[in-house]
This record gives sequence, C-alpha cells and structure tokens, in this order.
Amino acid sequence: MSKKTSEYLINRKDNQYEVVIGLEVHAQVLSESKLFSTSATKFGAEPNTQVSLVDAAFPGMLPVINEFCVKQAIKTGIGLNAKINKRSVFDRKNYFYADLPQGYQISQFKDPIVGEGKVILDMPDGQKEIGIERLHLEQDAGKSIHDIDPQNTFVDLNRSGVALMEIVSKPDLRSPDEVSAYIKKLRSIMRYLGTCDGNMQEGSLRADVNVSVRPKGSKEFGTRCEIKNVNSIKFMQMAIEYEANRQVDMIEEGGSIDQETRLFDTKKNETRSMRSKEDAHDYRYFPDPDLLPLEVSDEFINDLKNDIPELPDDKKKRFIDEFKLSPYEATILISDIDTAKYFEEVVAKMGKNKDIKLAVNWITGELFAVLNNKNLEISESPISAKNLAILVNLIKNGTISGKIAKTVFELMLDGNKDPQKIVEEKGLKQQSDPKALEALIDKIINDNREKAIEYKQGKEKLFGFFVGQAMKASGGKANPQLINEILKKKL
Amino acid sequence: MSDITKQSLTELVENIKDKKLSSTEVTKAFIDRSEKSKELNAYITEDFTSALNKAKKFDQKPNLDLKLPGVPIAVKDLFCTKDVKTTAGSKILNNFVPTYESTVTDNIWKEGSILLGKLNCDEFAMGSSNETSFFGNVQNPIDKDLVPGGSSGGSASAVAGQLTPITIGTDTGGSIRQPASFTGTVGLKPTYGSCSRYGIVAFASSLDQAGPMAQNVKDCALLQEVISSYDPKDSTSIDFKRNQYSKELTNNIKGKKIGIPKEYRVDGMPKEIEDLWQKGIQYVKDCGAETIDISLPHTSYALPTYYIVAPAEASSNLARYDGVKYGFRAKGENLIDMYEKTRSEGFGAEVQRRIMIGTYVLSSGYYDAYYLKAQKVRKLIKNDFDEAYKKVDAILTPSTPSSAFKIGEKTNDPVSMYLNDIFTVPVNLAGLPGISIPAGHDSRGYPLGLQIIGKAFDEQNILNIAYAMEEKINFKNKITDWWIK
Repeated sequence: MSKKTSEYLINRKDNQYEVVIGLEVHAQVLSESKLFSTSATKFGAEPNTQVSLVDAAFPGMLPVINEFCVKQAIKTGIGLNAKINKRSVFDRKNYFYADLPQGYQISQFKDPIVGEGKVILDMPDGQKEIGIERLHLEQDAGKSIHDIDPQNTFVDLNRSGVALMEIVSKPDLRSPDEVSAYIKKLRSIMRYLGTCDGNMQEGSLRADVNVSVRPKGSKEFGTRCEIKNVNSIKFMQMAIEYEANRQVDMIEEGGSIDQETRLFDTKKNETRSMRSKEDAHDYRYFPDPDLLPLEVSDEFINDLKNDIPELPDDKKKRFIDEFKLSPYEATILISDIDTAKYFEEVVAKMGKNKDIKLAVNWITGELFAVLNNKNLEISESPISAKNLAILVNLIKNGTISGKIAKTVFELMLDGNKDPQKIVEEKGLKQQSDPKALEALIDKIINDNREKAIEYKQGKEKLFGFFVGQAMKASGGKANPQLINEILKKKL
Repeated sequence: MSDITKQSLTELVENIKDKKLSSTEVTKAFIDRSEKSKELNAYITEDFTSALNKAKKFDQKPNLDLKLPGVPIAVKDLFCTKDVKTTAGSKILNNFVPTYESTVTDNIWKEGSILLGKLNCDEFAMGSSNETSFFGNVQNPIDKDLVPGGSSGGSASAVAGQLTPITIGTDTGGSIRQPASFTGTVGLKPTYGSCSRYGIVAFASSLDQAGPMAQNVKDCALLQEVISSYDPKDSTSIDFKRNQYSKELTNNIKGKKIGIPKEYRVDGMPKEIEDLWQKGIQYVKDCGAETIDISLPHTSYALPTYYIVAPAEASSNLARYDGVKYGFRAKGENLIDMYEKTRSEGFGAEVQRRIMIGTYVLSSGYYDAYYLKAQKVRKLIKNDFDEAYKKVDAILTPSTPSSAFKIGEKTNDPVSMYLNDIFTVPVNLAGLPGISIPAGHDSRGYPLGLQIIGKAFDEQNILNIAYAMEEKINFKNKITDWWIK
C-alpha cells in the first residue's frame, strides 16, 4: 500500500479531496488481420485499401471470428492474472455513425472473454495492486475525416473491424502518477506477450478515463465523469488534474457533479461536456445472431499458458536474484521488453568472466543517453548487444580504461564497429606492462626532481600531478591502477 | 417442344443429359413463357440475354455430369448475385449490384445451372403476401388478384406459373412454405445451418434459411442436395453429413411414427383446413406409417415470440442501409437528416414497422420483458419439439390456417397477416426442417398445403414422407394460364 507521504490530494480551504480513477483501456490486438475478416491491419496504409466486404457491411456479409485474436486476448488475460472465461458471447452495440458501416459494433457485453484480474504497480514508495474488472474483444470503428473538405466528411474504413481489447480497471487508481504507472505496466505486459504494440502515437493504445472525487477518508464514491478517448499518458494526467479540480470546485461551490461524458481539449488543457447521462445512447445490446457463443477448452487455454513468456514481474525478480541487480536497476531494465532483451543478450555475450554491474551502467548510462539524443528505440540501437558486451569485457579485463572506453564507444556509434578492432587500429590498448611503465615513471620523476622532493616532504597533493604526467606521457593509455602502484613505490 | 416448361426439373435434367433437349432450347422456352407472363410481376430483374448466352455456351461444351446441366433457374431477389442487381424487394437497394455471389446460388451455378433472373419478394422478406415489395404485387397463377403468399411470392408464382423449372426462396417464419401452400407447389425450409446464409440479404439471422421451391418432391430433394453445404464463411453453418437427397429418396415410410400436435387445432380455423389435415393423417396411414397424438404445449406463444425475435434482429441487421456506402441515399442537411430521409424514403411501411418494434423490444428497460423473455420462450418451444421427437419421427400439420387471399384483403391488418405464419414460425424458432406439400383444394379450388416437420438434419426423412404422400394425394394444380393473352 502506498504511504501517506505520496498521497495525491486536492486541497481547498479546510477540505481535502481524494481522486478516484478507473480506466477503460482500448488496446489494439497485434494481428495481421481483423477481428472478423481477413483484411490487413497495417498502420498508415492508403485510406480504404484494407477494407473487405465484411468491414464495409455489404448485404449478406457475415463475420467469422479470427482465432488468432481470441488467442491474443486470452494471453493478455493470463498476463493480467485474470480469469479466462471458457464461454463468452459477442453482442451487438447498436448506434448510427458514418464510420460504423454495420450500424452496430460487435463487442462483448455480459459475457466477456476475460474476467477479474490484477496488475502490480511499482510506485516510488512501494507496490500497489490495481484490480482488473474485465477484458473483452470488440471491433474498432472506421475514421471520419472532417478537415479535407468544407462540405463533406470523408470516411476511411481501414480501421473498421480491427480487433481491440477493452481492458477495464477497477476504480483503484488514486493519482495521475498511478495512472501513468498503470498504463506503462499494461503496455509493458502486452509488449512482452506480443499482444499489443502499445504504440500510443498510432492509436494502438488509448483510454477512456473515469474520474470522481470524494472527501478524504470517505468510503462512498463520488459521481464520476468519463473522459473519452485520451491517447497519451501526458494527456491522461493533464485531463485528470483538470477534471478532478473542476469537480472539487463544483462541490466547494455547493454544486453537484452530473454524470456525463466529457472530452479533453489538448490545446486548451480542459475537459468539456460531450453528452449528459440523459442523452446517453441506448445501445440496445443483444447477442449477435451471426456468431455462436465463443467456447474455448481447458486444453486451448493451457496451450496458451505454456506459450506465455517470462513477464515483467518475474523477470524483475530473476534479474535481482540472478544478476544481483538492485530493484531500481531491475525495474529500469525490465520495463520495456526490448531493453530487457538487449540487456540479457549483453550478459550472454560477455561470457564467463563478466561484470554485470558495469554492463548495466553502460546500458543505462552511455547507451540510453545516445538513444535519447537520437530519439531511437533500443531495438534500433546503433551499437549491438554483442559489441557492447565486448566493450564491457575490454574494460573488465584491463585492455582499456573506462576513459578510453568512452572514446571507443563514440567510435562504435559509426556503423556498429567492433570495439576490439577500434582498440587495435587506433592503438588504444592500455599500457599494462609494469616494466615499460616503470621506465616511463622513472623518467618523469627524473625530470621533476624538485616536485618529487616536495612530495616526500609531505606535499601529498603532488601525487596527482605525477599521475597526470604519467597518463599524459602514455597518451592516456597507461593503466591508471598500475601507475598509482608504481608511483607510490617509486616516490 | 412446346411443353418444355411443363416438365419437371427431373425430366428436364434427364432430357438434357439424354441430349433430347439442349440448354438453349430449355432456356429459350422459359424465357418465352416468362416474357408472356409479365402480368404475374414475378421478376424484379430479368437476365434473359445473359441467360441465353450462357445456355449457348453450355451447349458448345456441355458438361452432362453436373446435377443441373444447363438448366435455367430464376432465384429470389434476396440472394446476392455477382454483377446482377439485387434489391431484396426494397427501394433502398434499388440500384445495388453485388460484386459477389451468395454461397447458395454459387452452389447452383457450379452444378451447371443458369440464372434467368431475380424474383420478386416482400421487402427484406418481411411479409406474407408479397404486397410489401417496392416492385409491386405478384399475382398468384392460381387466380387473378390472388396473393401468391410471401415473402417468397415471386418464387412461388414463378414455379407454379412455370416461368422457372424450380427456384430458391428464403424462410424466416414461413416464407417458403406459406407461398408454396398458396400456389400448390412444394417448399422446403431446411434445418438452420444446412444452407449457408453468406450472401443472402439478412432479415433475422437466427431464423433465416434458404430452401428449394419446386413442382414436386423429387425436384425439391435434388435442389436441396445442391444448395446445402457447410460454409466456413457463415459461422452458423453446420458441418454435418449431408445426404444425396434425391438419390436416397424413397416412398417407403412403413413404420414411421408421425406426430399430430393437438395445439395446431387453432380457434377459428376453417373446417376445410381441419378436413385436409384429417385427409393427410389418412394418407400417411395408407403409406404404412403410424400416427400418434402429441402435444407441443408452447405453440400458442410461438407467434408473439417470433414477432419479438425477428424484428429485434431485423432492426439491427437493417441498420447498415443508411445511405452512406451503397444503395439509395436521400439528400439531407446533415448526417442525421440524411439518415432519417434515406431510411424514411427507402424503406416501406412494413419494414419500418418491424424496425420500430425491434428497436423497442431491445431498448433498455424493455429488453428483459420482451427480448429476453422471448428467448426463454423460444427455448421452451424447442424443448417441446425435443420431447415430441422422443416419441415420433416427424410431425404433420397444416401449412397455413387458410388458403390464399385476395390482394389488398389484409394489407391494413398486420396482425391478421401475421397469423398466416402461425403453423410455420415454431419450426423456424426451433431451427428444424419443414416441408409444405400441396394436399388439396378449398371450395374455390385454391390449393391447400400440409406441413411435415422433421428432426434437425433429418431432411431425408421428411422428404421421404412427402414423397410417399405426394403419390397418394396425386395433387393437380388448377392453372388456366389466365394471364397469358
């Protein structure tokens, strides 16, 4: 449970308010084809090029469930530690809109494919469990485009029929930070599972945010407002902050909250009423008679269970146990599956005599900085895991110093060069031959007799001077540890 | 051969296979008769030129191993046919030309048959008299200004009037069996899941089923054998072993147990219907079968149940006709206005009535009382049949509570119109096969039909019983060609 120190409260005069948040996350199923048709689902295709007769709701066209999408939903359910329902039902959600060709969306209403589950959030002050209410499969709608023509609306049906998982949380979230952590965790789990790419820019992950407020300590929930279709974590946080404060202000002024659907205006940073409860659609849900109830066997579910990769929580635990990482380091490395993969590959390529801590420092330090600067994903890293492993090993076995390693790293960025070759070609190998270094140091002491005497008389600061001279004379390649040892002996 | 159109499908197939007739001759004969029969208004779209070309092409390289070699067939305009306008009898699809073929019609063309044209029907198959069609009333060949029944009224009229040797209809609550009964023809509603619904304009998805309409039982069996197939494109299609219905057809029904349900003796049923039923009971006994009195206790709830379930599904199925993507579009000030005008102008009164009923019964606050309760009753009706089939092999009932009525007679009385389906809807609700065969005439000489209801997937059995009864009944349709001048 979270400690009081980080509680997110809204303060007004004498009153403190707690914010209660529940999310309905819409995650696009990672699948080559749509939920009920064989059309492609590629993002960014030319408008209306990925539309079948089924997607466009031509007369007599019938939906046929895509088994792969069912598997993806069940896997996600397993990843959310949730109950998998062996029998689920597809319903029709009826409403008219130009980008909804059937006049209804096929969704799951009473009997979703996945029931209650939970996810664990790592918050700065400890872990917090967030309940999952359900996960169901549904079709996405098409896209209405209003800004091409002043008179007409254009409709792109490429997205029509694409499979979505709607993941509904319990109202367990209490702050914008928890919402951020929750979305990141969901995203991470689904990316580990390969069930959703989690790409928020492309709309693969978006959420309806339910917000209510209540006096601190109250057990009753306040009236909630639903903020529709928010497509970035930052906007979710901004929308919650605005909405929670709006609701508190209403209450403080003696008013009450109307249950309604609101939209977040990202430009003005405010939420606006979209429709009230009275205007809410009557979707007339009923079981889709074109589809039989979806039934899956224990065997089917077990096969999928056996197919589940190591998930973030388990991986974190293993990283801590096996690699002796701190929880902090482990969290950084596991949060994104590609980072975890990269790290594990580095570890594997380092061989027997490996320095994992050093590798972690290089990944989270130098490499992350470069990726950040160049705005690259780790999967696009200019330096391969193998070469980074070699670099770390070169430091570990004393071939190069940490300082030289940074030079080598810079050179590696250009074409993923082998660090071993760079060291050889550029003659950057560390001088670790004690005899050569002794000769070099003898010369320096000889050239700086007066300073050597001052040192012996107690001016210890001069030790640094001699180290510097020695490094300079070696062109930076001298093994600093050896230099220290020899200098101590000679002076 | 002037009597080509008088031949049954089975005879035509034989004659073409024996090279006594060419596809061109047969096709031409049916086109000629169709041309002379415009007054029946059986066609919405004629495809005669193309049909003749296809027949000629067939004759150049005839494949006589097929089941329907070069035989021309007109089909109900609810089946999507590639490159041929498909309207569902509605203004809203008046200009709609599919780029695809329904599985059922595809199965027919694959057996060598040729499309003659698209037959009139009630709008979106909603009707029992063919009077709701945007394309006008269909005349019953039996008598002038008599309805042919519906919704497959054009199909029934075309078969009875010999404009096509055979046809296919669709049956959601009786739309094959009732018009067959009204026109003295044979109509089979197969088990739900037997014929693919892919490419058939949907009315009520959980009830819709395509089926053959023919002049006799053997023809009906042959076409059923062609159209029934497992289709992965229809999630409700069922993969079961399908018989070669026409080859396995037998009139030996000795020892079969036929149930006679007492609940089908409804109040106000004309005596001639009761008499017909009694005659039917005698016929099956004469064939060596045994009749057993049974009870289907929830029968009286079937019609109200049907008129909740079917409109509910229809209200949703017809939402796609919104003027956005295809079909008729009215001009509107904005999207909502365009929807309202398109659907108000594009749909007829009966379709609008059913959309409203369906929307109502699914509305929040009414769903449990209507839709959910109807689903429960539907289960009870199915259970009734399951119970009955522990004792009997098939069930014999009248097909309709009356013979055909005059055009306009029931137009303003939807409930009286709905009562036409009282004996047929329970079969759809239970997903069972049912066949209507002509069994006699009323006092005016109009045909009357008997219905044989089978167990699920047991089409062969009811076809056999129908075949045996047909022989005993020896029905002759009284058609005078009154419409041909």
